[in-house]
Amino acid sequence: MTPEQSAGRTAGGLISPAQNTWCPGCGNFSIQHMMKSAIAELSEEEGIPLENFVLLGGIGCHGKLVDYLNVNSFYGIHGRSIPAATGMRLANPDLRVICHVGDGDIYAEGLDHLIFAAKRNSDITVIVHDNRVYGLTTGQYTPTSPTGFKGRSTPGGVTEHPLNPLEVMLAAGATHIARGYTKKIRQLKDLFKEAIMHRGFSFVDVLQICATYFNLTDYYNEHAYEMREGEVETGRFESALGKIREWDYDREAPIPLGTFYSVEKPVYEEGFQALTAGKPDRRALVRKVLEERQ
Amino acid sequence: MGEYSILIGGKAGEGINTAGLSIAGLFSRLGYRTYMYFDYPSLIRGGHNFAIIRASERTIGAHRTPVDVLLAFDQNSIDNHRERVHDGTTVIYDASQVVRAEGYGLPLDQIIEEEKAPPITGNSAMLGALARVAGIGREVLEDVLRATVPAKHLEANLRVAGRGYDAAGDVFTVEPLGVPALPVLTGNEVTGLGLVHGGLDSYVAYPMTPTSNLLHFLAAHAQDLAIKVLHPENEIGVILMALGLAYAGEKAAVGTAGGGFCLMTEGLSLAGMSEIPVTIVVGQRPGPSTGMPTYTTQGDLHFVLNAGQGEFPRFVVAPGDLEEAYAWSATALMLSWKYQVPSIILTDKTLAEGAYSFDIGAVRAPPDREPALWDGTGEYRRYARTEDGVSPLAFPGRKGAVVKVNSYAHDEAGITTEEAEDVTALQEKMLRKGESLKAELATYPVVKVYGPRNTAKTIVCWGSEKSACIEAAEKFGARVVQPLVLAPFPVRAWKEAMIGAGRVACIENNVTGQLARLLRQQGFDPGRPVLKYDGRPFAVDELEARLEEVFA
Repeated sequence: MTPEQSAGRTAGGLISPAQNTWCPGCGNFSIQHMMKSAIAELSEEEGIPLENFVLLGGIGCHGKLVDYLNVNSFYGIHGRSIPAATGMRLANPDLRVICHVGDGDIYAEGLDHLIFAAKRNSDITVIVHDNRVYGLTTGQYTPTSPTGFKGRSTPGGVTEHPLNPLEVMLAAGATHIARGYTKKIRQLKDLFKEAIMHRGFSFVDVLQICATYFNLTDYYNEHAYEMREGEVETGRFESALGKIREWDYDREAPIPLGTFYSVEKPVYEEGFQALTAGKPDRRALVRKVLEERQ
Repeated sequence: MGEYSILIGGKAGEGINTAGLSIAGLFSRLGYRTYMYFDYPSLIRGGHNFAIIRASERTIGAHRTPVDVLLAFDQNSIDNHRERVHDGTTVIYDASQVVRAEGYGLPLDQIIEEEKAPPITGNSAMLGALARVAGIGREVLEDVLRATVPAKHLEANLRVAGRGYDAAGDVFTVEPLGVPALPVLTGNEVTGLGLVHGGLDSYVAYPMTPTSNLLHFLAAHAQDLAIKVLHPENEIGVILMALGLAYAGEKAAVGTAGGGFCLMTEGLSLAGMSEIPVTIVVGQRPGPSTGMPTYTTQGDLHFVLNAGQGEFPRFVVAPGDLEEAYAWSATALMLSWKYQVPSIILTDKTLAEGAYSFDIGAVRAPPDREPALWDGTGEYRRYARTEDGVSPLAFPGRKGAVVKVNSYAHDEAGITTEEAEDVTALQEKMLRKGESLKAELATYPVVKVYGPRNTAKTIVCWGSEKSACIEAAEKFGARVVQPLVLAPFPVRAWKEAMIGAGRVACIENNVTGQLARLLRQQGFDPGRPVLKYDGRPFAVDELEARLEEVFA
């Protein structure tokens, strides 16, 4: 039996009995299946026990993914997955903590947490289901909707410019930054695996088709391209910045896909690990602190 | 009975709080029980800070208006406290700053210059002068300085303290009591130690008065206590981080005040729905909004009782002194884990930042409670329906378990559902859990009664006001009834405590009478309200005067 077959069997077992309610053609299917395969393959190839994976979901269509996979999950609240993920990684360094978040979820409601997790190099993975529209609340603009987008809250067209989330992440100190696209699934799976294995904060913005409210399939098919090996120097800030700025989520330009930046820095959670190691008798420690105050 | 009150006042940045604690240390050395009220505005330099230290042969937790010694670093410390000065008051002042005063004037500028000491040592001169007028020996004074001053500044402080001692005269004599000295701690510190006693692994907080010092204390002792102390980007991050820690198996607590708790309420409701344990310390300060950050109130009772969307069981306790803060902080954390509900420890600025003699020997040891853990048999279901409503816990990383928690209505496995039957079962499971918690609490001292039972006069109070109430009650021969647990409300214990209550006064540090409102909701008559809402706790004599209106 080859590893691939074996991983395939594992992946099959990762589908939960929950009924799937995404629209036909939704980009979330690709993300779900590539994440499922990424987990199964990493479990086989790297020997990471399946029980050590945790998926977090925010609120939005993306969040349903955690119901659909038979993996440990924390289906939380809008925009707030990231601090919970950091808490889990603090409690148990063996866990592989993966946040599935939406663009409205994390670029609007929870941007503060995203920036701070990058700043502190929290050893978690953030996968953004970036469909550039609110789906579950039926079609409003998000922080990555292009200027002029006519949503239900901005019928005259949004006048703001979108954020370039990759640029925000680079500035905030993220140590691993990538972009994928839901129609390029093989690359998507590799990007997920690479991000999960990165030591430190890893971030993947996934351009995701919203079949109902903002179908950009033709636009992405025309503009998106996979970066070639060496096209960006992933260890250099300036090189990454230049490549990240090739497309700003607004004007018409080629859209590079792949890993833009990947460096090593001290991991936030490791600074706390020694404090609670072992099974200290804390009541004795309390008595000692009190005695010193006599 | 030996009892003394000392006021020390000056500008912010002059170390009034530390000096006050040294004064408390001086009396503690002689076996006295001490209490310190610290009054300071929300600024870093200037303004007027003062501390009132009261020492007594018996346990106390409130101040009185008159003082025996007034230590003044500036003119405001004289002028603002004229009502506290009486014939027997000794005034000691910094003669370099104060122009109108009678008493012992210490030329602090001159002393400091001659001793080549840093300006902050002026506090030691005051302490020395106080020791002299109180008939406390030099050796006790030096002992206290050795215990509180860092080694490299010790010599200078001892010299300056000696100058203060020599500059004052003998006025009265504080007799040593011949009993062991007790340490002086704040409510924040003891709350932190109680949480650790209860099994705390991690404390998460964003700074906010009056619980910032709980964060500082635990951070400074993280290694001593073998805990993690984390300070994330905001209170939303704080509570979510705590929930992440708990989901992965670490016991976490958070601390804040009303404003920060506003930000936490969505996370609180998530804790309720996902059944992830979390303990929240809320230190009350006067609102609405920013209000008076460094003052006190009991204005957030109904906020913590009702915060968060939807209906879910919660545990709310309001300790009134250090012994209660220790025992109930431990209990709050343990019960939060046993019943998988949020626990709220409601303190206020008076208790959180006030300093008291702490007698760990007087703490009624909280019963140990363990969370229900999955036994590893069968398929794991995070929300398995059980008779008592509590589903056994497993944590991610556990082989054979898929641990799914959910903020949506969910089935037993933790998967989202909107089916009528599932949702009904979910609500009833949470209800049963609340009932189980309530049943367990019947064995705890959830309502405390002090004083005689047969005089048909009763003072009802909660939280930090209990100490002033217990003292004031003596004057009227009244009983004091203090509910410690406010949710689930201890109906039966309350009924028993109030048998033959007679005339009832309900003392609160708020403007609308929040405990009174809770009692009415439960079908009880709260009696006559006695309210104070200027941001300061009741002084014992002030409360006595107000109680005359009710009991006369």
